[in-house]
Amino acid sequence: MSVKLTEEMLAALPDARGHFGAFGGRFVSETLMDSLMTLEKEYLRLKKDPEFQATFDKDLADYVGRPSPLYFAERLTRETGGAQIWLKREDLNHTGAHKVNNTIGQVLLASFLGKKRIIAETGAGQHGVATATVCARLGLDCHVFMGAEDVQRQSLNVYRMKLLGAHVHAVESGSRTLKDAMNEAMRDWVTNVDDTFYIIGTVAGPHPYPLLVRDFQSVIGREAREQSLEKTGKLPDALVACVGGGSNALGLFYPFLTDESVQLYGVEAGGLGLESGDHAAPLCAGRPGVLHGNRTYLMEDENGQIASTHSVSAGLDYPGVGPEHSWLKDIGRANYVSVTDEEALDAFRMLTQVEGIMPALETSHAVAYAVKLAATMDKDQMVVINISGRGDKDIHTIAQLDGIEL
Amino acid sequence: MSRIEGVLQTLKGQGRKALIPFITAGDPHPDQTVSLMHSMVDAGVDIIELGVPFSDPMADGPVIQLACERALKHGTSLRRVLAMVSEFRETNNTTPVVLMGYLNPIEAMGYDAFADAAVQAGVDGILTVDLPPEEAGDVAPLFSRRGLDPIFLLAPTTTDERIRAIADHSSGYVYYVSFNGVTGAAKINVDDVAAKVAHIHELTALPVGVGFGIRDAKTAAAVGQVSDGVIVGSVLVDTIARNQADIEELKRALTDLLTPMREALDRIKP
Ligand SMILES: Cc1ncc(COP(=O)(O)O)c(C=O)c1O
Repeated sequence: MSVKLTEEMLAALPDARGHFGAFGGRFVSETLMDSLMTLEKEYLRLKKDPEFQATFDKDLADYVGRPSPLYFAERLTRETGGAQIWLKREDLNHTGAHKVNNTIGQVLLASFLGKKRIIAETGAGQHGVATATVCARLGLDCHVFMGAEDVQRQSLNVYRMKLLGAHVHAVESGSRTLKDAMNEAMRDWVTNVDDTFYIIGTVAGPHPYPLLVRDFQSVIGREAREQSLEKTGKLPDALVACVGGGSNALGLFYPFLTDESVQLYGVEAGGLGLESGDHAAPLCAGRPGVLHGNRTYLMEDENGQIASTHSVSAGLDYPGVGPEHSWLKDIGRANYVSVTDEEALDAFRMLTQVEGIMPALETSHAVAYAVKLAATMDKDQMVVINISGRGDKDIHTIAQLDGIEL
Repeated sequence: MSRIEGVLQTLKGQGRKALIPFITAGDPHPDQTVSLMHSMVDAGVDIIELGVPFSDPMADGPVIQLACERALKHGTSLRRVLAMVSEFRETNNTTPVVLMGYLNPIEAMGYDAFADAAVQAGVDGILTVDLPPEEAGDVAPLFSRRGLDPIFLLAPTTTDERIRAIADHSSGYVYYVSFNGVTGAAKINVDDVAAKVAHIHELTALPVGVGFGIRDAKTAAAVGQVSDGVIVGSVLVDTIARNQADIEELKRALTDLLTPMREALDRIKP
């Protein structure tokens, strides 16, 4: 059922109302509509503005440290005994994850729009840190909303944000995780819409966010494509990335969408296993619905109430996913799979011990699946894993699971 | 003419303003909602907005968030809310009922199935907070065709062009949100509201109800002066939260809030 995508087809998406096929759109209360339409208009203008693009590229090079390397994981490949495994090292970016590619872009938009107050939601705290970082650099007032449960399990990042001068608001409502942080950020935005810019951390939310976050993160895939051709003379056979909201995955996949030979794998959080119901895998086990401004695959009950999710990884613990992924699933261009908490934890240890690279727990989901996949492939084939972030922030969680008090 | 249009036209003929309470269905308990509705009618309300509880009420402040949690804890689904309206209609055929909530529960039920069931139950209007007219192209006609009034929000940030477009998609009334913010905040500026509502009246012939920030007879009267009706929500829901234990006490407390508002609105000179 897979269709062959062309550049023309991609250029037409999202459509004028922000739809990717049946998904996406702009489902928000009226108060926000004018701001979203202004943002869309300004973004579409700036996207073509050489000065805006030059500033973005320069910041990515000199501040973030791009391009990030494409690294051949020789020992992991040998241990796996299948396809060559390459790592796209987003963990080496300033602040330690892919999230900063997007915050650099959005804070630039905020400056062009003259907004002085910045808000953001965060799960693992990586997007919060990346937002607090760019706000410190530009002297902007920064407010980060974070579920109270995530404040607990990602305390290191909470302190990092505070050191950077951000105000961290612990959100006590609902399930006290990422979705509730996003609800609270939306409530703040509705209240302060005149002077506030909302930096959404993933390819979700109302149009134009899925579009602009994807554009900013696509630098990952553009580099990986070029580096792959340069280092191996060919394109990879498969790309693997974890999917929370889906920004690191889409950033890697997007520049390869028309390359039919490249298989795409998005790895969702299987939690305690899909059968258990305790997971965060809407593409694998959910159905379409409307949440946080867009229509997409969701985890919900039969009455349309959003289900609570579970993942060992705070950054994947979200009941929705970016609408473009829902579209890629339905047209059959990308495959969506899941791995459990336990498999992800094993992969964390494996990459740490075999390559000396400590991945974030989010990223560990991608590593776990990629190793299984590579083992089924030929030795002359090539898999690229998006190492979306480094694992320092998760050391407390790992130690706790090991029964160690730090 | 829909039941909503009928009621608003009659009030207009009498030179009176509509008093429109909002409560969350199923709060404090699904078995009590219908009795609260009747009790509010006895206190003189004209139209009832019944909130459909949702797990992620993004446009609501803490008071209505907690009401949603209480209602959901007792299993208040959209189907159950429709059953409440049916029960209300057994003895009341005159007071319009508007369902107000978020899109996903309706989407999960299916738009046609929902619209049929809503008509069957005796619902009069549908207000979906996170469905702007741009996304309502397929949905609003499903409602209109069955005689349900699609009601949309207008906000201080709504441009003239959008006011006209939104009015084109609406029937019954339009709901002007008095300030940028969530429900339950205390930010209302009556002069700003007066100016914007006067402007909305120039752009559409539809009645304009104003909600958000109306807490007492004084704000109700001030806003009623410039609009066709006032919508009172969080202060009622907060009263429900504080009187959960005793339903008779709760009904009295709601009446004590609504009666002075009714009287203040009826003192407004046409
Ligand atoms: C390192 C890392 N990877 C992945 C994610 C998930 O987000 P996304 O799916 O948008 O890439 C997060 C989110 O916090 C993260 O910190």
